Amino acid sequence: MEMINLTIDHKPVVVRKGTTVLKAASSIGIDIPTLCYMKLDDMNIENKPGGCRVCVVEVKGRRNLAPACCTEATEGMEISTHTIRVVNARRTVVELILSDHPADCLICAKSGNCELQDMAHHLGIRQIHYEGAKSMYREDTSPAIIRDINKCIMCRRCETMCNDVQTVGVLSAINRGFNAVVAPAFEMNLDHSVCTYCGQCVAVCPTGALTEVDQTGAVIRALSDPTKTVIVQTAPAVRAALGEEFGMPAGTLVTGKMVAALRRLGFDYVFDTDFAADLTILEEGTELLNRLSAFMEGDKNVKLPILTSCCPAWVKFFEHSFPELKDIPSTARSPQQMFGSIAKTYFADKINVKRENLVVVSIMPCLAKKYESSRPEFSVNGNPDVDYALTTRELAHLINLGNIEFKSLPNEEFDAPLGESTGAAVIFGTTGGVIEAAVRTAYEIFTGKPLPRIDFEELRGMDGLRKATIDFNGTPIHIGIAHGLGNARKLLEDIQAGHSEFHAIEIMSCPGGCIGGGGQPYHHGNAEILKKRQRAIYSEDRNKILRKSHENPYIVKLYEEFLGAPMSEKAHHLLHTKYFDRS
Amino acid sequence: MPGIKLSEKTIGIIQQICSDFRNEGSELINVLHQTQGKLGYLPAEVQEVIAKELNISVAKVYGVVTFYSFFTMIPMGEHPISICMGTACYVRGSEQVLAEFKRQLSIEVGQSTPDNKFSLNCLRCVGACGLAPVVMVGDKVYGRVSPQMVKNIISEYKEGCASEAKSA
Repeated sequence: MEMINLTIDHKPVVVRKGTTVLKAASSIGIDIPTLCYMKLDDMNIENKPGGCRVCVVEVKGRRNLAPACCTEATEGMEISTHTIRVVNARRTVVELILSDHPADCLICAKSGNCELQDMAHHLGIRQIHYEGAKSMYREDTSPAIIRDINKCIMCRRCETMCNDVQTVGVLSAINRGFNAVVAPAFEMNLDHSVCTYCGQCVAVCPTGALTEVDQTGAVIRALSDPTKTVIVQTAPAVRAALGEEFGMPAGTLVTGKMVAALRRLGFDYVFDTDFAADLTILEEGTELLNRLSAFMEGDKNVKLPILTSCCPAWVKFFEHSFPELKDIPSTARSPQQMFGSIAKTYFADKINVKRENLVVVSIMPCLAKKYESSRPEFSVNGNPDVDYALTTRELAHLINLGNIEFKSLPNEEFDAPLGESTGAAVIFGTTGGVIEAAVRTAYEIFTGKPLPRIDFEELRGMDGLRKATIDFNGTPIHIGIAHGLGNARKLLEDIQAGHSEFHAIEIMSCPGGCIGGGGQPYHHGNAEILKKRQRAIYSEDRNKILRKSHENPYIVKLYEEFLGAPMSEKAHHLLHTKYFDRS
Repeated sequence: MPGIKLSEKTIGIIQQICSDFRNEGSELINVLHQTQGKLGYLPAEVQEVIAKELNISVAKVYGVVTFYSFFTMIPMGEHPISICMGTACYVRGSEQVLAEFKRQLSIEVGQSTPDNKFSLNCLRCVGACGLAPVVMVGDKVYGRVSPQMVKNIISEYKEGCASEAKSA
């Protein structure tokens, strides 16, 4: 490996050939400010269009300033990162960006979390010396994402996520010069495009150009309506990230405090999506075993591999891009929708409340869940199974509105019966978790023997594509895992071509799975945060007494009292769905 | 968006152009160039076919189409009129010539007449600066054009005179 010697701000530094000036500087503790640049280590995600020019530095012997993010370090380079010329250029760049920005920071959804705001603060901008035209682009509202392009700074991060990582290809820079905007083809609105609402564009947007549809107001109104019984479910990944919104270190599990906060906000029952995740495993696991047995008995019509169906962005992705494969994913609804369906039937009957008077709110790490809950097949006579799906960030906002001092809350327990869950359900929140949970249950049903071990390390990790073979007592079961839709696409193309080796595949749209969802606290490009959340999820699983979905006593009871058996007619009606060709 | 349906023949033409360029996404600009040459313009439906053939997103195709002023999503007239706005033509009065074309045809730059006979566009330098101001109608070049000549140029292409004009 060839090494390069250079100096940055008179400090000598040695880096590998190919290293950028930005990275070389950071290796010796010099943080050159950046705006458009983004790099998620370990996930192969990088955005460095060199577009914003905030990271410019002076290179001795070079006439013009160089963008550090895309300038390679060369032998003998002498770099200065904060000469008066550099600082003036940097301030000019930011002032020019601000000159075409609405600057409505006080009422912007991104205020306090905005990288442009932070940059203006960092550089001490107190005056904008340039006055010129302002972009006047229409706002675009979809079921999950709002585009306010007048706040866009053309960093192109959203394009990197949408095109390179997710391969969905909705967003592209269109038009030219001052009129250039990032938009879907033919400047259609998002809801007329193939957008999956994965929300990864929102997760990386440095400004308020891309934000989620805010439903906190509607939830507050429901909570203050005396005729309504309002219940809440919380997705597994939320508890591993919510604390970050209150200044707690990444990876802090806040399950008990989250329950306490929700109770103080006035929810009548605080339940857990994990309960429905256990239910999902019973339905999906049974479906997997049915298909496997039929396959082994030589049934030529059986479709394998079976694909997981918990992730609504992934569902929309294959409906648009691989409609001919729509018979392959499990027909099991996602845990969010199973919860809504059971809450508005079984539970509503139990507490003797009419469906119309029961409001189901879910707290999700996800933007696509907003879209999913609005799909017409998940409502009965116009009344949706899930009324509102809030993100982790929106919940933090509600907690702040409720004057609740989150960090000092006591740990409280979920309510019964829809609040009980096993460790298998918790790990739904990370890539590899759903299939591990399914394996734990399917193994025991298939072999009739208890699992010799519960932790399947071979299914865990952060690689975008993983595979493992699990020995079902002599029968090898081949399992594939993909997170990020670009990785999913590769597995789907193999299936299309007829050479998929797998029996079952887990797919999650977001890098890292739900812990990296579009509705989670902003990670601002720090991939380490995702790994810490993942560790938190596995530690919650380890600390549970029950770690297999079929051992959840309330799930057993639900089948005894109400559903009969997994894949029964009633279960089919309430817990399964069908998919549509949207190509 | 115009809701047109492409004929099998048109789709075949586009597919042939794409395969001439080995269906490579990196050949997008060449493909668009050739397609516009054959079809006259690049409506949304055509861009969708190209995106599919080259295996790239429609948004990306649309991005390139809107970036280059050469590409157009509006059908050009039977006789596309281009007025040179290059420096030489401009200083010798091409703006007045353009204004006269707009007045005579009652259309703006980038538009076509309702009968689709004429469309109006500006271009930058055709390399005939000695003849400034220059106007092109189809492939024919008119030099030293004055606003007074505009009416006659148009009438060359009106009904009955078309064949005569083409042979000129």
